[in-house]
Amino acid sequence: MRDYSVMIGGKAGEGINTAGLAIAGIFTHLGYHVYMYFDYPSLIRGGHNFAVVRAAEQKIGAHRDTDDILLALDQNCIDRHTGRIRDDTVIIHDTYRVVSAGGHPVDVNRILDEENAPAITRNSAILGAFCSAAGIGRDVLEDVFGKTVPEKYLDVNLRVAGRGGDAVDEVMRIEALNRPGLPVLTGNEVAGLGLVRGGLDTFVAYPMTPTSNLLHFLAGHADDLGVKVIHPENEIAVMLMALGLAYAGDRTAVCTSGGGFCLMTEGLSLAGMSETPVTIVLGQRPGPSTGVPTYTAQGDLHFALNAGQGEFPRFIVAPGDLEEMYAWSAGALSLSWKYQIPSIVLVDKTLAEGGYTFDIDAAGPIPQYETQLWDGTEPYRRYRDTESGISPLAFPPGSGAPVKANSYAHDEVGFTTEDAEGIAGMQEKVLRKAEGLRRDVESARAVEMAGKPDAGTAIVCWGSQKGACIEAAERFDARVVRPIILAPFPAEQWRSATAGADRVIAVENNATGQLARLLRQHGFPVDDLALKYDGRPFSVDELAGRLAEVIG
Amino acid sequence: MIHGKPAGDLISPAENTWCPGCGNFSIEHMMKSALAELSESEGIGLEKFVLVGGIGCHGKLVDYLNVNSYYAIHGRAIPLATGIAVANPDLRVICFVGDGDTYAEGLGHLIFAAKRNADITVIVHDNRVYGLTTGQYTPTSPYGFKGRSTPGGITERPINPLELMLVSGATFISRGYTKRLKPLKETFKEAILHKGFSFVEILQICATYFNRTDCYNEQVYAVADEGLGTASFDQALAKSREWDYTSKTRIPLGTFYRREMPVFGEKFQEFSRREKRREEAVRDLLEGYR
Ligand SMILES: Cc1ncc(C[n+]2csc(CCOP(=O)(O)OP(=O)(O)O)c2C)c(N)n1
Ligand code: SF4
Ligand SMILES: [Mg+2]
Repeated sequence: MRDYSVMIGGKAGEGINTAGLAIAGIFTHLGYHVYMYFDYPSLIRGGHNFAVVRAAEQKIGAHRDTDDILLALDQNCIDRHTGRIRDDTVIIHDTYRVVSAGGHPVDVNRILDEENAPAITRNSAILGAFCSAAGIGRDVLEDVFGKTVPEKYLDVNLRVAGRGGDAVDEVMRIEALNRPGLPVLTGNEVAGLGLVRGGLDTFVAYPMTPTSNLLHFLAGHADDLGVKVIHPENEIAVMLMALGLAYAGDRTAVCTSGGGFCLMTEGLSLAGMSETPVTIVLGQRPGPSTGVPTYTAQGDLHFALNAGQGEFPRFIVAPGDLEEMYAWSAGALSLSWKYQIPSIVLVDKTLAEGGYTFDIDAAGPIPQYETQLWDGTEPYRRYRDTESGISPLAFPPGSGAPVKANSYAHDEVGFTTEDAEGIAGMQEKVLRKAEGLRRDVESARAVEMAGKPDAGTAIVCWGSQKGACIEAAERFDARVVRPIILAPFPAEQWRSATAGADRVIAVENNATGQLARLLRQHGFPVDDLALKYDGRPFSVDELAGRLAEVIG
Repeated sequence: MIHGKPAGDLISPAENTWCPGCGNFSIEHMMKSALAELSESEGIGLEKFVLVGGIGCHGKLVDYLNVNSYYAIHGRAIPLATGIAVANPDLRVICFVGDGDTYAEGLGHLIFAAKRNADITVIVHDNRVYGLTTGQYTPTSPYGFKGRSTPGGITERPINPLELMLVSGATFISRGYTKRLKPLKETFKEAILHKGFSFVEILQICATYFNRTDCYNEQVYAVADEGLGTASFDQALAKSREWDYTSKTRIPLGTFYRREMPVFGEKFQEFSRREKRREEAVRDLLEGYR
C-alpha cells in the first residue's frame, strides 16, 4: 500500500495552509486519498505554521509521526521537527532561510529576482521542487494551480514553480494511481454543504475558531447555495435570531465553539421550552475559557449533553469523517425539525479545519425525517397535546389562529400557566418526543464498527479520532466501536456492537474520558483510558504506542 | 380565537395579573386599538402581526392579546424579533420590552437593532423600576433612587434612551406616556407603519413600586405643539436632551425623529424567491474543488 507523508512549514502569514492544500491537490490529482493536518498558533504573522499532508491508497483520517518529504521554508521547520525527520526523509529547503538542513536547497531569492516575481510566489518555487523531487510531472502542478491560483498570477507562479523544479533532481517517484481524484475539503466546508443538503434557509454565526470558516464558507457561497447568512453582535443574538427565524419558518443553523456556546445556552433552553428547532455546529477546542484557540480537544461532550436549564430532549451527533459530516449535518437539521428540538453537530478543530478527501457518493442515503405541519383541520394550537408529543407546526400568517410560542410553562394554545396539572402535562408531552427520537436513533446507523468484529479488545472513540483508531487497532487485531450519535445514546446498538468484548479501551482527546463517563452512565464498562489533552490529535503511530502500553 | 374579528376579540382569555392602576393596561388597550385600526384602514391582516415579549410585567402583554406571539426571555426579545422579520418581511413584528429588560440585560441588542435598521417596532414599557422582581433600580431610575437592592439610593446617573437611540441610528424615535392615551395609540400606528427600526419609549406608570403620575402630569408636553418637524437630527438630539430622567424640567412627548433608510435583510428577499435545488447546488459547488 502506497502511503506518503509530506510536511511543509514556515512562518504564519506565508500561506502554509494554501501550500498544504496545493500538495493535497497534487495527490488528489494522482488518485490518492488525503488527510491534511494544519497546525498554527493563534496569531496572524510570525510564529511557526506547518501542514502535514498524508496521502494513501486507502481512506485515511490521521497523520503519521515521520515524513517522506519535508519542505522547509524556515529554520524552525528543521529545529522543531527533528523527530519527524528520518534518515531517508527528503528535505527540500529555501537556501537562505534555512542554514543547516542538508538535503536539497532551492535558491528562492534568486528565482524570484530573475523572474521578477512577487514574494507571494515563494511557495510555488518549493512546490515545483517538490514535484520534481517526487517525479511528479509538471502538468500535474499546472492543473492544480490552474484551479486554485487567480488567472492574473497563474503565469508567474508557473514560471517560479518551473524554476524551483529545475533546482532539484528526481530522488523518488510518487506514482499516479490511475483513478479519478476526489476533492479535498475541510469539515467546516462539508458541514455547510450537509446543512444545505438538509434544507438550510438561513445561517447565523459569530466568528470563533474552529468554526469561523464554516461561517466564511457559507457567506462566500451564499448566492450559489441560496442561503441567507447573518453575523450579528454576539452569540446570544445568534441563538435568539435563529429561534425567531425558525418561528417564522426558516430552517436555521448556527455555529460556534465552547465560549460562544456558553452564551447560547440560555437560548438553547428557550428552544427546549418553546419547542423551536435549531441546529448548532459546535467545534471543540481546548478549554476551559479561551484555552488554546487554534488547537483541538474533545472536552465539551458533557457540556453539550447538559447545557441549558431544565429538562428537554436534544439530538447530538459526532461525525467521524466528512461523509458522516455531510449526511449527519443534513440529518441533524431534519431531526431538529421533526421533533422541534435543538440538534448539535459536535466536532472539533481536527475535523472542522482538517483537509480530507471527500466522497459525496460514499456518504450514503441522507437521513431525512418529515416535519409535521398543521393540516388546517382544527383551530391551530401551537402546543397541541399529541400521542407522539409532536405538536404540528404552523407559521404566521398562514395559521388560521395565532401562533403563540412561549418561554414560560404554557398550555396547549401557548398561554402562560402555573397550573400544576398543566405544567406536568406539558413536561410529559415534551419528553414523549424523546421516545420517538430514541426509536429513530436506534433505527439509524448510530454506532459504527470497524476492525475485527469478534475481537476481545474493543477500542472505543468518538468523532475525529475515528481515523487514527481504525488504523492503530489493526496492529492489535482489535475492534473499533464508535457512537456516531451521542444523544439520545443508542444503547441497544452499543450493546450488540460491544457484545463479547472483554476489554474496552476509550481513546479520547480530553483529560477525563468523557465518552467513557457517558458509557458508564449507561451501564457499559470501560476498562482503560488512552487520553491526549495537549491540543493535538493522535497520530496513528503515537496512538499505536499508547495502546501498546495499555494492552501490554 | 380566530383572527379577523373586531377589536374586542383581540383580548385573549388569559387571566390578567397586572396591579390595579398599572400603566400597562393603557399600553395593552391602545395597542389593541392600533392593531384593529391598522387592519381596518391599511388592510394589514391581523394574522400578520407578531408580538414578541421580554420578561417582566411588560411581557405579559403578549399573553393578553390574541395575536401571534413569541414570549421570549429577559433582554432578548429584539434579536428574536429581528429573526422573525428577516424570515418573513411581510410580518409586522412588535416587541414589548421593559427598561430593566432592554436597557440593562439586553442593551447591546437594542443598539445593534437600531444600527442595522431592523424592520421591527420596539415598545419600551419604561416604569423606571423592575416591577416583576419587586422594586429594584433600572438604568432609567432617577439619581438617588432607593430600590430594594440599593436602599441607600443609587449614585449612578440614568441613561437617556432617546439620545442613545438617536446616535445608534434608529430611524423612528418617539416617547409616549400611559396617561396620554390617544397620542399613545397614534404613536403605535406610526411606529408600526414606519419601515425600519421604530423605537417607542413609554413613560409607564408602575402603581406599586414607582408611581410618578404627579410629576409626569406636571412635566409632560407634546413636541407637536411646538410645530417642529421630525427630519432634523440635531433638533431631535436637543429635544431628547431636554429631560435627563432626573430633573424637574419639561418632558417632551411625541415623535422626535423619522427617516427612511434601507432596512436590514432587504438583500435576502431575492433568496426567498429563488428556486432551491439542494443536491444540485452542492454538487455544482464540489466541481470547483476537483
Ligand atoms: C436572565 C434573567 N435574569 C433575571 C431574571 C429575573 N427577572 C425577571 S423580570 C426582571 C426585571 C424586570 O424589570 P423590567 O424589565 O423593567 O420589567 P417590568 O417588570 O418593570 O415590566 C428580572 C430581573 C430573568 N427572568 N432572567
Ligand atoms: S408591579 Fe408595577 S408594572 Fe408591574 S403590574 Fe404592578 S403596577 Fe404594573
Ligand atoms: Mg421596568
